[in-house]
Amino acid sequence: MKNRDWGLGIGGWGIAVGTSCHNKSNPLAQITTLKQAIGEMVRDGDTIALEGFTHLIPFAAGHEIIRQRRRNLTLARMTPDLIYDQLIGAGCVSKLIFSWGGNPGVGSLHRLRDAVEQGWPAPLALEEHAHAGMAAAYAAGASHLPFGVLRGYLGSDLPRYNTNIKFIECPFTGERLAAVPALRPDVTVIHAQKADRRGNVLLWGVVGVQKEAVLAAKRTIVTVEEVVDRLDAPPNSVVLPWWVVGAVAEVKGGAFPSYAQGYYARNNAFYKAWDAISRERDTFLAWIERHVLTTADFDGFKRSLEEVASYVR
Amino acid sequence: MSDNGYTADEMMTIASARMIRNGAVLFVGIGLPSAAANLARLTHAPDTVLIYESGTIGAKPPVLPLSIGDGELSETADAVVSIPEIFAYYLQGGRVDLGFLGAAQIDRFANINTTVIGDYRKPSTRLPGAGGAPEIAASSKEVLITLRQNKRAFVKKLDFVTSGGHMEGGDSRERMRLPGKGPTAVITDLGILTPDPVTKELTLTSLHPGVAVEKAVESTGWPLQIAAHVATTDPPTANELAILRDLYARTARAHAGNGN
Repeated sequence: MKNRDWGLGIGGWGIAVGTSCHNKSNPLAQITTLKQAIGEMVRDGDTIALEGFTHLIPFAAGHEIIRQRRRNLTLARMTPDLIYDQLIGAGCVSKLIFSWGGNPGVGSLHRLRDAVEQGWPAPLALEEHAHAGMAAAYAAGASHLPFGVLRGYLGSDLPRYNTNIKFIECPFTGERLAAVPALRPDVTVIHAQKADRRGNVLLWGVVGVQKEAVLAAKRTIVTVEEVVDRLDAPPNSVVLPWWVVGAVAEVKGGAFPSYAQGYYARNNAFYKAWDAISRERDTFLAWIERHVLTTADFDGFKRSLEEVASYVR
Repeated sequence: MSDNGYTADEMMTIASARMIRNGAVLFVGIGLPSAAANLARLTHAPDTVLIYESGTIGAKPPVLPLSIGDGELSETADAVVSIPEIFAYYLQGGRVDLGFLGAAQIDRFANINTTVIGDYRKPSTRLPGAGGAPEIAASSKEVLITLRQNKRAFVKKLDFVTSGGHMEGGDSRERMRLPGKGPTAVITDLGILTPDPVTKELTLTSLHPGVAVEKAVESTGWPLQIAAHVATTDPPTANELAILRDLYARTARAHAGNGN
């Protein structure tokens, strides 16, 4: 790792770092290792958002949460995909807040389905939204408002099953609008292309809801493709300033098998292969044991996968 | 492959593509809608604006994306905006002409289910869920739906209404204040159904070549309304078939490797 260590003991920033922008006494964002960041900032029972809308999905960070065997997590994400399937199957999760849960273009998330349909490895509570509602909930969280408002859920059965979707009357026009409570994760985890050595973070391409999810969170972990001397960010690009970011860790390829625009393409073959790996409990357990639980880090995961899967090479 | 030299799925995709007016702003779902939208863009509707819910506006992907946020979309888009922006400013803002959706189940009023089969709290099959569909179905000026027609999909009563079509028929959609005018056509592998102007019940108005009306009736889980005059869909042209097959072949090649 060519990361520069800021030389502060982890205990020195474990509490203050990563508290959100609402805490004005925030110290510098810390460039650290993913293992340390997860170890210090993700706690059993937390609400965690590992956001990423098909692009820049923080797979490496999700694996580290599995390795460190966090339990009883509430996971939030608009589009839970393979990394949430892995976290659910590995027994880390008790509740999912989401709006679309599938393997895009391939089919079901079998571990998610097994948890919902059969309660394996544990029952999974669902708080289910539509994308527009979750986006409004994150934006409300980032805005420090109690709820988000949208012209949404009209004609849908979702409000009948999710008591966190309510309807309010516009005080000006009388129009009936949907309201969802602000989503404020304990920890938001994202992957981005770059950070500079101070911890300013730059991402581009499909940027999803990451900015809102970071600004809504109490603590933040960002993995990046590379830490650079100068970001050279165009003025209107998505930059998260260092003082709203908690920990930054360089993990090259950390969004694999999703993609990082400008670095590598989506590995569609892995998404297709996941269907067979995850379909049965025993093949899933063998996979997670061999490639995640018994590997030291994401590089180790990639090496172990290269031994068995030609498409990774 | 039928005797005519094309498959029912190809006919469905081509019939769907023809419904897209050149220049329309289209909010497109993944799968069959995406294939049809790109076929339209590559044939009669080059100025169609494809919006995917990943925030890619004006995407011109060289191959069909596997997910709604593949690199092919952002690299070829006129603009890439955030998720809150695409849903709040563009869709809710009333800037989308046509929403184009797939579904697991549909009912006679073109309400759709993509959430569960069975009871919500103890489902026999947990489906992916809503995604952007409820608001696409509500706020687009009009909506097209495409799915294969059979009794598992065309059901008398949905297990879950994920996205509203014409609700309980008649003026019920209007009374519930859904902003857009709702589904205007359902394109299947057998034919085309359109809502009755008054009752809003889906009515078979066109059959694809070689499909008997009985087949459409047998493949529907409610007593299917048949138009007084049922048209026959024009068969695929050689050009449409060649462009669609080329698109699928390029896509298969691109997705076979590691995507690089």
